[in-house]
Amino acid sequence: MNSGGEGAGEDDKKGKNGIKNKNGSTFRYGVYFLLFIVMMYTVLFFLDISKIYRALRVSFDIFVQILPVLVMVILLMWVSGYFLKPKAVSKYLGKESGIRGWALAVSFGIVSHGSVYVWYPLLKEMRGHGMRDGLIASFLYNRAVKIPLIPVMIYYFGIAFVSVLTAYTIIASVIEGKLLEMLEH
Amino acid sequence: MDEKIKNRIVTSFFKTVRSFGTMLPMLFGIILLLGLFKVYVTPEMVSSVFTDRPLHDTLLGALIGSISTGNPITSYIIGGGLLDDGVSLFAVTAFILTWVTVGMVQLPAEAAMLGKRFALTRNGLSFILAIVVAVATVLTLRVIG
Repeated sequence: MNSGGEGAGEDDKKGKNGIKNKNGSTFRYGVYFLLFIVMMYTVLFFLDISKIYRALRVSFDIFVQILPVLVMVILLMWVSGYFLKPKAVSKYLGKESGIRGWALAVSFGIVSHGSVYVWYPLLKEMRGHGMRDGLIASFLYNRAVKIPLIPVMIYYFGIAFVSVLTAYTIIASVIEGKLLEMLEH
Repeated sequence: MDEKIKNRIVTSFFKTVRSFGTMLPMLFGIILLLGLFKVYVTPEMVSSVFTDRPLHDTLLGALIGSISTGNPITSYIIGGGLLDDGVSLFAVTAFILTWVTVGMVQLPAEAAMLGKRFALTRNGLSFILAIVVAVATVLTLRVIG
């Protein structure tokens, strides 16, 4: 039984084509960006070879460092693609999610690891399923709260500073999410 | 295993691979850009631009944090050094906050994945809020002693 009828089928087709087009433009944009960076490397190579070798070495180290998080994000995307249905995402992270949605975005932002750009594909996917932009912004802002790094932060700045800053960062993340949604609409 | 479930798992896997694959050129570009950045912009260069004017330094701290990138530990180490050198806590707080919340280097990737408007608005708001949070944090610390 198809409760949506033909209209739903057409919408589905349009949605799939839309995602394909968006993925295509993301890929194209990425290729142009990569080519631009490669050109920068080529120019700088002739100016200072040793620095370019060092930059490549640093880049390789970064890649090795983020590899476990990349694998984790791919697995998360796979699992979320299988289990999370738009209805569920919309319920917990969509327009009607309320305080629970904000609490989830803040918590996930705090516990998320690794470089921020590794999380963009998952967030894009979640948004496609109905996640609010405000919650995405809140998630990204809360990455400033790094639980494993708190002892290092306390060492440099003291416990009072870290406590106050952490509290304000969480509050600011919600304000940012709300402001972003206001500006978008 | 049910054939239907098997199909869904396989479909979901290929969808994920395809979705992630579109991000790969951008990801490699960002990683290579980070390599250049880390070699050409040293912590000493960051420390040298601060003056003794708190307002100027706070804006500068937020700006340098926005264009800097890397592990947040690095920002704490530089921030600790800046405090030792007499740079105001307003500036250091804005610096360590924008280090994580604003990403000029990652902006092309964010714009490509989440939209140009979203990326610009979010980074702009994060920049302003970092200054607000820095001021609020330091003033609160002064009040609670």
